[in-house]
Amino acid sequence: MSILPLELEDVTLSAGGKRLLDGVSMTIGGGRRTVILGPNGAGKSLLLRICHGLLRPDAGTVGWLGDDAADARSRQAMVFQRPVMLRRSVLANAAYGLQLKGIGRTERIARAEQALRMTGLADHAAQDARTLSVGEQQRLALARAQSLDPEVLFLDEPTASLDPGATGQIEELIGRIHGLGAAIVMTTHDLGQARRVADEVVFLHKGRVVEQSPAERFFREPTHDLSRAFLRGELLW
Amino acid sequence: MTGEEPSAFWIAIQLMAGLDAELTDIVGRSLRVSLSAVFFASLIGLPLGAAMAVYRFPGRRAAVVLLNALMGLPPVFIGLIVYLALSRSGPLGVLGLLFTPGAMIIAQTLLITPIVAALSRQIVRGLFEEYREQLCSLGAGPGQMMMTLLWDGRVMLTTAVMAGFGRAIAEVGAVFIVGGNIAYATRVMTTAISLETSKGNLALALALGMILVLMALAVNAGVALLTGAGRARGRLQ
Repeated sequence: MSILPLELEDVTLSAGGKRLLDGVSMTIGGGRRTVILGPNGAGKSLLLRICHGLLRPDAGTVGWLGDDAADARSRQAMVFQRPVMLRRSVLANAAYGLQLKGIGRTERIARAEQALRMTGLADHAAQDARTLSVGEQQRLALARAQSLDPEVLFLDEPTASLDPGATGQIEELIGRIHGLGAAIVMTTHDLGQARRVADEVVFLHKGRVVEQSPAERFFREPTHDLSRAFLRGELLW
Repeated sequence: MTGEEPSAFWIAIQLMAGLDAELTDIVGRSLRVSLSAVFFASLIGLPLGAAMAVYRFPGRRAAVVLLNALMGLPPVFIGLIVYLALSRSGPLGVLGLLFTPGAMIIAQTLLITPIVAALSRQIVRGLFEEYREQLCSLGAGPGQMMMTLLWDGRVMLTTAVMAGFGRAIAEVGAVFIVGGNIAYATRVMTTAISLETSKGNLALALALGMILVLMALAVNAGVALLTGAGRARGRLQ
């Protein structure tokens, strides 16, 4: 049974007397590529972390379909802006998530190798992961996530520190992982990327959801003034 | 005296070159006692340090302060405590360990466990900051986190272990009190140096002193090589 849709209701998060997320309600459905779009400081990364369960909101609810929270947890994965590379080989990094889940060695290696082939890193399997380029490291982070065969893949500005070539590779991989059946939830401040990747856009500004609509409609006829200003490049924060 | 020093130095060289029986006995015991203490201190200190870095519990900050303070425990005080515990009327007197190498291992273990634990905590903590979100995202439990951090920090953690060894091999107060400096039974390098110097037998004292310095150099060179090799392979960056 699917764990989607994910429902957020009235989610609020404050720190240091400042409202970082303010009454966020949204629904993330299955099978789609949802892009959480907004200028820097809008609260995109915080929202993503709350969805994934890394942060707990001060108020409001985050609910997956079904009653089993642990099950929902184990069927999602996340890739961070700066890839976290364990001080191990590329293959050991790719297999690490499976190892935590107690998957036996043979299956673990097979699935990790398959994920490495998919991300074009098979030739680097024995190499120390920390000697990879940043672009390759981010592909390895994707391989590590993909090896878990997640139903939902969260990506937090996965290409923010990459050059255009590496960015293209990551976007292509995201498309392939989506093609294999994973729902994608990704944050970005990059309009071009949102146009290339999104099926659906959640536009966030100063901790509030301004607009959630299908990507095609969002870019053609945004309903809110702030969305229009952002699309025109006039909304900087 | 001025004429005696060069000759003592010369005799010291001869003792070392000729593998003098008493000298090798003392050096061998020193190594056995201190390496055993390092082994037990690492067995306790590495997991303890990692646990204090990973687990949140009430009073953790106070525990860290206490652990750091324990690094500076005077060896003679440890010696006294162990002496009292192991003496015939003490709680562990029945073991009959007083004035044996076993007692010296216990005393040195108590002396350096806080050093290994406190330094490990610091190293693991730094690594944990970097890994935390990724490990949480992959669903690692606290025990799995500790194992991962200890393994990935292994190169840096050798420094903590070596610091413990340096302290153990060089201390004189604790082993003197609980060992008694008995020839061919509990005499180690530091207690022998102190005795031979007071007896005026400068040659043996000097030979032992030079070996101590050489060992300190060798240990530090070993650590530098290890961490250097780790860095060269991109583990530390």
